[in-house]
Amino acid sequence: MATEGDAVRTNTQGFNQGRYESVADLDEYETVKDEARTIKEDAIDRLPELIDQLRSTVENNGGTLYLADDAADANRYVRTVVGDGSEKTVVKSKSMTSEELNVNEALEADGHDVIETDLGEWVLQVAEETPSHIVAPAIHKSRAAIAELFEEVFSPTEPLETAEELTVFAREKLGEWIQEADVGMTGANFIAADTGTIALVTSEGNARKTVAGTDTHIAVAGVEKIVPTVEDLQPFVELIGRSGTGQDITSYVSLLTPPVETPVIDDTDEETPLSEIDDDREFHVVLIDNGRMAMREDDDLRETLYCIRCSACSNVCANFQQVGGHAFGGETYSGGIATGWEAGIEGLDVAGEFNDLCTGCSRCVDACPVNIDIPWINTVVRDRINQGHEENFDFLVDGLTPDNEAGSPPLQKRFFGNFETVARLGSTLAPVSNWLAETTVSRQLLHRLLGIDPRRDLPTFHRRTLIDRFQDRETTVDTPRRRAVLYPDLYTNHVQIERGATAVRVLEALGVDVAVPSVPSSGRAPLSQGMITTARSHAERISDTLAPYIADGRDVVVIEPSDLAMFEREYERLLDPAAHERLATNSYEIMEYVFGLLENGADDAPLRDGDGTEVAYHSHCQQRTLDVEAHTVAVLERCGFDVLTSDVECCGMAGSFGYKSEYFDVSMAVGDELRDQFTAPETRERTVVASGTSCLEQLDSLLERRPTHPIELLVDRSPTE
Amino acid sequence: MSTEQQLFAESLESVGVETRRVPPAGVTDAIAELLVGDTVAVALDRDDVSIPDAVTVDPTPAELHAAQTGVTPAAFAIADYGSIVLPSTAVGSELVSLYVDHHIAIVDEQDIVADMEHAFDRFDREMPDAYGSAIVATGPSATADMGSLVTGAHGPSTVGVVVVEG
Repeated sequence: MATEGDAVRTNTQGFNQGRYESVADLDEYETVKDEARTIKEDAIDRLPELIDQLRSTVENNGGTLYLADDAADANRYVRTVVGDGSEKTVVKSKSMTSEELNVNEALEADGHDVIETDLGEWVLQVAEETPSHIVAPAIHKSRAAIAELFEEVFSPTEPLETAEELTVFAREKLGEWIQEADVGMTGANFIAADTGTIALVTSEGNARKTVAGTDTHIAVAGVEKIVPTVEDLQPFVELIGRSGTGQDITSYVSLLTPPVETPVIDDTDEETPLSEIDDDREFHVVLIDNGRMAMREDDDLRETLYCIRCSACSNVCANFQQVGGHAFGGETYSGGIATGWEAGIEGLDVAGEFNDLCTGCSRCVDACPVNIDIPWINTVVRDRINQGHEENFDFLVDGLTPDNEAGSPPLQKRFFGNFETVARLGSTLAPVSNWLAETTVSRQLLHRLLGIDPRRDLPTFHRRTLIDRFQDRETTVDTPRRRAVLYPDLYTNHVQIERGATAVRVLEALGVDVAVPSVPSSGRAPLSQGMITTARSHAERISDTLAPYIADGRDVVVIEPSDLAMFEREYERLLDPAAHERLATNSYEIMEYVFGLLENGADDAPLRDGDGTEVAYHSHCQQRTLDVEAHTVAVLERCGFDVLTSDVECCGMAGSFGYKSEYFDVSMAVGDELRDQFTAPETRERTVVASGTSCLEQLDSLLERRPTHPIELLVDRSPTE
Repeated sequence: MSTEQQLFAESLESVGVETRRVPPAGVTDAIAELLVGDTVAVALDRDDVSIPDAVTVDPTPAELHAAQTGVTPAAFAIADYGSIVLPSTAVGSELVSLYVDHHIAIVDEQDIVADMEHAFDRFDREMPDAYGSAIVATGPSATADMGSLVTGAHGPSTVGVVVVEG
């Protein structure tokens, strides 16, 4: 698929790194996030009442509030304010909401000049392109590309090369327009209902000039931008720059209670001192519904309205870093949260164009300053798109796809969503199934029917599963320290059997009584394909199967982090609260569990002495969201290993994502970052370990040396054993 | 110096703002040291400080347009961010602090608050009456839209702060 190249990757990764550093400097970051979240929940809950309050506040201040049903309605009002019949100059500061309205085109059709004054927006206006990022609209443009554009369009007398030269050139050009301007249009990051104060978060100063330099101020904003009071702005002012571009605070946070009192001046006036010039200024705030009120009523989309448009979810996203917001975006919005915005504003078809780029890795969940469960919104929208899908292959796959979906998800999604059945068949028919699958004919069929990329290695199924091996076995531990169920996830059970056997061995060596019962798969596979009904039935079966073990005092130990994330995060949406709580509190990632055993007095003598062995570790994206990656490092270091960790957000494989032909290139581009980190001089010779199954698959394809799960390092593999 | 003042000084340095901390009588010289080229100002509203004679107080729009430096009072400052709060007033503070290459803000050391929480307490108290609008300004204007960070976009490229003791 089309990617925007190096500029996007470099810039988003810079922002993302900046975010980590900047939020680390904020005292009580998590508390401030919770405050922000609470304010938004309350504001959206009371929105109709806040709109009424704001209307009277704005009118008392001497302005007008117009509530527009949709874009056409908003544009009609704006056109009336600007006035037809006379050509006006309208200067704009950056506003994604105005992009949503396409207000520029509406005004230009009436003969007005509309000028974007934000330098990035202006570059795009000159280039006739759309924003590729909600905060840094021209992020996909390199300095050289901008220089070339200006050269072509303006033929400047002096050649433009440096960022300074380009900035000075743009400022002078735009300064002339601002001087001439009749009308200033801004967006609004936040609006306080109690005072009518608008917060504008900027750095260039153009938003200040847009307001101060004109006698008519139009602010366009989604209805969701309203917060109850001025004091409610505080957490957002502290979070927005840090979350977005990694700035503690932007150069300017304008707190405007329009119409502002600044004198309306004519630059050529040589007579009148500023203090004697009046501030005769019109103010209109145009609030836009455009689908938002319906989103407010939608239990799954409502959270989208808490979004403060900071761009953290774009910058943290490994796929976005590679492809940019033109590919990973809809009509207006881009990045992880764009699925919610575009589904609510434009419709499912627009959201469907890019929704599959979200792999559910969940790195955006921690990054979001208001804790929006962005992966869930993406999953729900995917599910709704599936419901409307029509497929004519049902006769081919009915046996292979015993799912509970009401609609008919695309064949590829049903195949990956029902991977449990595929794995079960694969094991039953192994080794024949493995030989068959690898034939050229099979690979061509898999490619043509299911879009499975022929460049990917397929998993090798084992006839004797982990459950077959351990289900009826008595534990070897007489006086157990703890009792546990080792959860036999799909891959450990059918493909990575040895890993499972090693886990049992390590746990028993540490005094744990281990059972490996027959348990269904977690539902991660169907959930990732947007098959929520099927995922829910998996969740219910898991809960029912494991409940007696938990009641019997057993812990649930999980090797695959994406399954642990299901138990702890997604099951909250799929099970009743008590069932979710029971499973979530009793589940542990395997290395987290080993860490706990050692911390609580288990003897580490049976574990292998690392003896300074150098290890390069890539933890799993969802594992990091759950904050259980540090345990692996701690255990390995305690056993004497020397550990270096990767710092990429995701490996790029992300379950089935990397197997799909249409995403193979993106997956490999994301993977390249990890390859570079693990082939650098300081890591080249290190043993590679990773926690996630798909990370291991991806690393196996990226590197010459074979990666392994950290649990494998804890067992002595010397021949003397 | 109090903790807030110390913190404010450090924060100003980290956001690239030059500072002078002077008694009221020293304000004139401090401004003179910081200004560049033709300078305009809004009246400072206190009797114990004065502005250099060469500076045009309450300029016409044409004088503002020709000026390189603008001097305005700040309502207060926020220590941990190094921010100055610039009220938008009927005498044109917003214009004088914005339509220039160099901005000099005058702030009373009694008006330095510790953090954003204190700042918003103060907005809540003052905004409706003392001033309707204000800009929380931190460092010079900047953009990264042209390929790397450039200070001085549409607003000032340098900012100086004179902290008045007492």
